[in-house]
Amino acid sequence: MLSTAVAARHLRLAGARAASKLQPRAPLLSHTAVAFATPTVRNAFRSLPRATFASVASADKKAFTADQYPYLKRDQSFKKLTDGDLDYFKSVVGLSGVSQDEEDLEVFNIDWMQKYRGQSKLVLKPSTTEQVSKILKYCNDNKLAVVPQGGNTGLVGGGVPVFDEIIISTANMSSVRSFDPVSGALVCDAGCILEVLDNYLAEQGYIMPLDLGAKGSCHIGGNVATNAGGLRLLRYGSLHGTVLGLEVVMPDGTILDNLSTLRKDNTGYDLKQLFIGSEGTLGIITGVSILAPKRSKAVNVALLGVSSFDQVQAAFKRSKDELSEILSAFEFFDRASIDLVKQHLVAGKNDPLESPHPFYVLIETSGSNKDHDDEKLNSYLEGLLTDDIVQDGVVAQDTTQFKNLWAIREGIPEACSKTGSVYKYDLSIPVPVFYQMVEDMRARLEKEGVLGEDKNVRSVVGFGHIGDGNLHLNIAAKSYSDEVANIIEPYVFEWTAKHAGSISSEHGLGLFKAPHVHYSKSPSMLALMRRIKDMLDPNGIMNPYKYLPTE
Amino acid sequence: MSNLRILVACKRVVDYAVKIRVNAAGTAVETANVKHSMNPFDEIGTEQAILIKEALAKSKGTAEIIAVSCGPNKSQETLRTALAMGADRAIHVETDEELQPLAVAKLLRAVVDKEKPDMVILGKQAIDDDSNQTGQMLAGLLNWPQATFASKVELAEKAMTVTREVDGGVETVKTALPAILTTDLRLNVPRYASLPNIMKAKKKPLAKLTVAELGVDIKPRIETLKVAEPPKRQGGKIVESVDDLVDKLKNEAKVL
Repeated sequence: MLSTAVAARHLRLAGARAASKLQPRAPLLSHTAVAFATPTVRNAFRSLPRATFASVASADKKAFTADQYPYLKRDQSFKKLTDGDLDYFKSVVGLSGVSQDEEDLEVFNIDWMQKYRGQSKLVLKPSTTEQVSKILKYCNDNKLAVVPQGGNTGLVGGGVPVFDEIIISTANMSSVRSFDPVSGALVCDAGCILEVLDNYLAEQGYIMPLDLGAKGSCHIGGNVATNAGGLRLLRYGSLHGTVLGLEVVMPDGTILDNLSTLRKDNTGYDLKQLFIGSEGTLGIITGVSILAPKRSKAVNVALLGVSSFDQVQAAFKRSKDELSEILSAFEFFDRASIDLVKQHLVAGKNDPLESPHPFYVLIETSGSNKDHDDEKLNSYLEGLLTDDIVQDGVVAQDTTQFKNLWAIREGIPEACSKTGSVYKYDLSIPVPVFYQMVEDMRARLEKEGVLGEDKNVRSVVGFGHIGDGNLHLNIAAKSYSDEVANIIEPYVFEWTAKHAGSISSEHGLGLFKAPHVHYSKSPSMLALMRRIKDMLDPNGIMNPYKYLPTE
Repeated sequence: MSNLRILVACKRVVDYAVKIRVNAAGTAVETANVKHSMNPFDEIGTEQAILIKEALAKSKGTAEIIAVSCGPNKSQETLRTALAMGADRAIHVETDEELQPLAVAKLLRAVVDKEKPDMVILGKQAIDDDSNQTGQMLAGLLNWPQATFASKVELAEKAMTVTREVDGGVETVKTALPAILTTDLRLNVPRYASLPNIMKAKKKPLAKLTVAELGVDIKPRIETLKVAEPPKRQGGKIVESVDDLVDKLKNEAKVL
């Protein structure tokens, strides 16, 4: 994103108008060590031994997940890959759909945060639903464990293998199947890249109902499987609402064809909902039908400086009154966030506002009539300023400024990782106590003497989607330490549970949060989830070791 | 130089990030229902005028910044942006006719005759027609010195020193005022329009002039014959073998 802004300015040098193709905003791979979950002892669930980190620090080669977390044991009921299996897979997907090259495999074995490293020896890249069906049936019959993978941009280790699971990549399934320009229903393969779909829809005057930082790499199938949230959720709602239908291959090879383009369909249990957010533990999504809204003709962005979190809430409340249907994003970040962006990224080189403020709000409006939107936004902003709810602010005057303001917000996660290691938490918290989480965590780390410029933890930042009650708490540290991890966890989960929040708003559970899910779900709910999993995937071959706590 | 009057030209153009399309008749770029913004080089010009004003204020000098735009009624939005950035007042020369660089230069000369500025700042070119002529033509019409493609400007008593980006390096020139300055990309990074300033901008004076009042002949001198999009890029092909590649290079691409 940064490079886009810079490149944009340099392209102007030539006086040439560049085709405004966005650079893919794929998260950059870096040799950043990332936070490691420290599983903790919890009442209802068995004690999980702590990960050993000694091996992690050494050299370039990242330690295997299995070595970092010795509590993980390979399920010996799974078969190990044989030449016979390979011959079968080659007969299904052809030579080009099979990859065993060790270097190629690294890309699929390691997640983009470089937190986890699996040991898979095989990647399969089917190009049709039938191929996926044949693969899964064979794997199920032979008890070969699999992990479905899209663009590998997950943040909780859900898309990479733990041991030797076969990786089934959706990369070769990337065609748009149909688009209805009247209803806006888009039907496509699971491996379509989000940004490619968005560009495709832009040509027709439509927009994907979701947008996220990884849009240049992530696959729509993976988005659905993790129930990704992102920047447009406030406006267009979650995937549970926008997904109209799915095509899913079950572990036994059954193809569940529910690629409906109907908005209303009350005939029986709504099975697609079960797969949205199931993280590849019940089946593989191979096709998606999704409702695309019309792309807004007029879009505005304003960045506001606010002196207290109470006033951030006041501004939010008023935005619902006064901007109502044109409000498309209400993002928030604190001064610590912008300081990190300033320190590490080009996006933050110039402070957007004249003087620093404790809190910032980024508001986006999207509508069909610029004059109407401008008038609404201006009167809203004037009201905020007159009533001293906000102290300063800027409004983007052109698309370049629009992108630069967004780049600050979108650059925060990357800036956090530049410090060295980052402990990332993605929490749903009731808005009134939203920021108290950050303050309490700061106070706790300070009290323990680990937070400060010369200490291990450099910064505790809070940002996120206030409109969705979703806080991203990032704790940027110089390097990982057991000591710091033990101060943060389980405190962060306990705090969230106490305030009736969720320990995962949009990143999902994966490997990271499987042991902690009980903070947000009751034993009876977990038991039902387990029964569903056992019924649909009796051999447990689908994305094992993740999602649900080990029994 | 304790008191300066600076005229800044601001053109309303199709936004830099918009993917432009040629209209159905093939006579021009489609501008209906397309986002418009201030020409980025003019934005840099406005910023430079404000920087000069801010620098002068430190030495107890003053500057008045007048933003000028020629074009349809909607050009006033562009002028409001300039006012919100920090211009003091604005002049809108309203016309729905097509304006070519010479016509704009003549209109600006008429405004200069009225306002008597010490300096006129223009973008080195507008990103819609990429003409890169207006600043130079205005200098010719006024018989003023010009410093074009500026990447650095230093002001002294009744003179300015300008660093220009030229092929293979930079050139530093000094000129007396009044003079024409055209901006290049690296001159500065334009500021955002702040909320308090956007509110203040609504109350700043915006004068309207007509082409007839200025007595300028704006008839186009150049006739556009045709506007066409560049040929679509063909998709890549994966070849099966070297023989296949050679065959395609010979018979399809015809480069061998």
